[in-house]
Amino acid sequence: MRRLGTLVVILFGSSFLLYNLTAISGDPTENLRFSTDPKAAYQLHSLIRQLQLDVPPPLRYFLWLKGIVAGLVGKLDMGLTRDGHAVTTRLIQAIPTTFRLVTIAALIALVLGIILGIITALRQYSRFDYVVTFFSFLMFSLPIFWVAVLLKQFLAIRFNDFLANAKIPPLWILVFATVTAVFWAGVIGGERKRFYRVLGTAFASSAVALESLNLLNWYSNPRLGIFVTSIASVGIAFGTTAVSVGLEMKSALKASLAMAGVTTILYYPLQTLFNHDTNFKVLSGLVILTVLTAIGFSRYFAKIDRRVVTRTTIISGLFMGFLVFIDRMMQTWGPYNQMEGVNGRPIPTIGEGNPQLTSHDFWITTLDRGVHLFLPTIALTLISFAGYIRFSRGTLLEVLNQDYIRTARAKGLSERTVIVRHALRNTMIPLTTIIVVDLAGIIGGAIITERVFGWHGMGTLFNEAINTLDLNLLMGVFFCTASLSVLANLVADLLYSALDPRIRVGGGK
Amino acid sequence: MIFKRKEVAELGIDAAENAILNQEVVGLSQRQIVLARFFRHRAAMISIVLLVVLVLIVFSAVDFSLGPITLHGWWKYSIIDTPDLITKGCPGFSIGCPTLTLNPFSSHFGLGEHPFGQDDVGHDYFALVMRGAQRSMLVTLIIGFLAGTIGTIIGSIAGFYRGRIDNVLMRFVDFLITIPSIIIGSVIGYHFGNLGASFLAFYLGLFAWTGLSRLVRGEFLTLRERDFVDAARVAGASNRRIIFKHILPNAVGVIIVSVTLLMSGAILLETALSYLGFGVVAPDVSLGLLISKYQDAFTTRPWLFWYPGFFIVSIALSINFIGDGLRDAFDPRQRRRISKRDRARASEIKREREAI
Repeated sequence: MRRLGTLVVILFGSSFLLYNLTAISGDPTENLRFSTDPKAAYQLHSLIRQLQLDVPPPLRYFLWLKGIVAGLVGKLDMGLTRDGHAVTTRLIQAIPTTFRLVTIAALIALVLGIILGIITALRQYSRFDYVVTFFSFLMFSLPIFWVAVLLKQFLAIRFNDFLANAKIPPLWILVFATVTAVFWAGVIGGERKRFYRVLGTAFASSAVALESLNLLNWYSNPRLGIFVTSIASVGIAFGTTAVSVGLEMKSALKASLAMAGVTTILYYPLQTLFNHDTNFKVLSGLVILTVLTAIGFSRYFAKIDRRVVTRTTIISGLFMGFLVFIDRMMQTWGPYNQMEGVNGRPIPTIGEGNPQLTSHDFWITTLDRGVHLFLPTIALTLISFAGYIRFSRGTLLEVLNQDYIRTARAKGLSERTVIVRHALRNTMIPLTTIIVVDLAGIIGGAIITERVFGWHGMGTLFNEAINTLDLNLLMGVFFCTASLSVLANLVADLLYSALDPRIRVGGGK
Repeated sequence: MIFKRKEVAELGIDAAENAILNQEVVGLSQRQIVLARFFRHRAAMISIVLLVVLVLIVFSAVDFSLGPITLHGWWKYSIIDTPDLITKGCPGFSIGCPTLTLNPFSSHFGLGEHPFGQDDVGHDYFALVMRGAQRSMLVTLIIGFLAGTIGTIIGSIAGFYRGRIDNVLMRFVDFLITIPSIIIGSVIGYHFGNLGASFLAFYLGLFAWTGLSRLVRGEFLTLRERDFVDAARVAGASNRRIIFKHILPNAVGVIIVSVTLLMSGAILLETALSYLGFGVVAPDVSLGLLISKYQDAFTTRPWLFWYPGFFIVSIALSINFIGDGLRDAFDPRQRRRISKRDRARASEIKREREAI
């Protein structure tokens, strides 16, 4: 409770500071005052009345604050913008856009960053480690607007050109296959002989895969189909079980495999359902159904360690569901490409949705949003995941040097158990807190991203506010970001104490 | 416990290796150890050389004025000269293309007339980029210096005196931290951007120290509880002496490292602000401004876009690597990677010992 009080005081202080700083940095009536337009005097008068500019800034701040405090009883009032709209309505329009942009990028950056960080920590001082370290530093040093322009050119325009004749030329197949092979060989590591074996296998398999996809004309008409889906599901079942509990635990493996079976059996019925009529309610229903099925299977197969098995099964079930979703998205790709306003150039460089799109089909609109998210998400991900790589690498290395890890190894536990159960869990503690605080900070990056890609979210509002010296609008944007960051800090503290039993929040001295 | 033969051998080598690594630091002062470690960090060394070369080129190429002193540049064009646009030898219908040729066997090897090309009206782009890089480096330096100083002072005071002073200072830091740097930067830049890059940097520096001060405070809080501080106090040292002679030298690693990181962040902040139009404004030049001006020209005249970006990235990248090298050098737990040569030497020593 005391912490909450402090937070309110902090918010109060920083908003007061920003309000006055902005207020003294420019006069919003300036262009009207020196205007020769005969109506200017009247406009000036009404603007002053509307924004209460006759009150000096420090006092005017309290008028603004009154509107915010009124939010506690449900009558939030953030004042009017210069053109007379309520700031709250403008914000409500803008927030979902920014939210969509930021959350997906943050999630991808997080997952990729942590995975790469873990791999580099486990392969410390290997070539793979050096390469990843170099790239993460490079990404640290890239200005996002510069990356964005490069992405527009090379990913969007070139890729769209490529789709016109969707065959990968042999030279590029060689390049892709080499890169993939080097990547996997670096990740798996090992002795020199094993290194070359992995290198060769990965190179051959990816080259063959790319060429056969070429032959199938897959790039202009991608799909997974029931065959690939079921094989991949079995793969997911094995993979998830191996990482999370180890393949020795037969009950978890059986339950996950049962999920894969269900996925295969339900593949065609699901397609009918999807074609018929889909919306978010149906999808969320399916997610819940997946979880329930997973719980059912693990109850049936596991007699002991039910919690662990259930968790594993749910995770693999969700992965399989995602696979089916991706498959359906791929099937939409072909028709989407043919649509008016897309014309075979599906990756847009600008905007948050295609205004010419006439279809209201769930899959088409979702895909449309998806492709518009594609570039901004990559740009945001590229610059933000470098930090996660460095941080998770550093933390995991520190944890691996601890005595309890040595104890765990000395007890004869398997390497998987040592890393997943002992090291990763302790790495997650500092990571969670950093992540939560970072999520609030990513909004700052979104301001520039929105500008480059022509999105209309909080960033646009912010730009407009500064350029027209619209104080209420600026404060509205600030209020959102600041409360988010303050809340994030609070959540981080609470999470920290929840995850780490040694730390107590407000538990006396 | 039973070891295999190979493991026994390796254990022995490990001990020998430790001996070698320890031998390297015997009889050296802390500063010498840190410097030696830093010089061994290959990436940091390359970055320092790169950065020095860049600084020399950038500041000597075009006129650089600081107050009353003006250094004249060796480059034949200034940023206001408008020579005729060159079209000869340009690809497609583009005009003002770059003449820089790095192929040593080409007959055109060298800078040429306009190494980075020309902009719309014919300004020499090399001169513009050099001026922009000057601005960016200056801004980085000012922000780093100012924020470093303020952050260190506030952090040390809060960490050393604790109690009420600490509380007040840290709540103030909390105020500032809730405002995202890009927002405060834009508000400042909108107002002060037209005063010139150094003023902008000055005001940005006034707000950029918060993260550093938290780190320094944390460092002071732990250091002041250490035995050597107690010993100094018992010996009758004043607070000032304890802070400057005993605690600060021990905290200097943290400070230097985070200041370098702050500087690489600063250069990106400045370019981002200029890109948004809230930083350095025309007629002055900045790298961010150049990129934002020519981002649409990418398909026709990509060099207008590549060169400023290249300079931003190489400056920020080398600062980051230097920071990384410093962090490794100051970290006492950091153990050097054992090279093959060390391994060979270690087993040699072991064999000798066994022979004896």
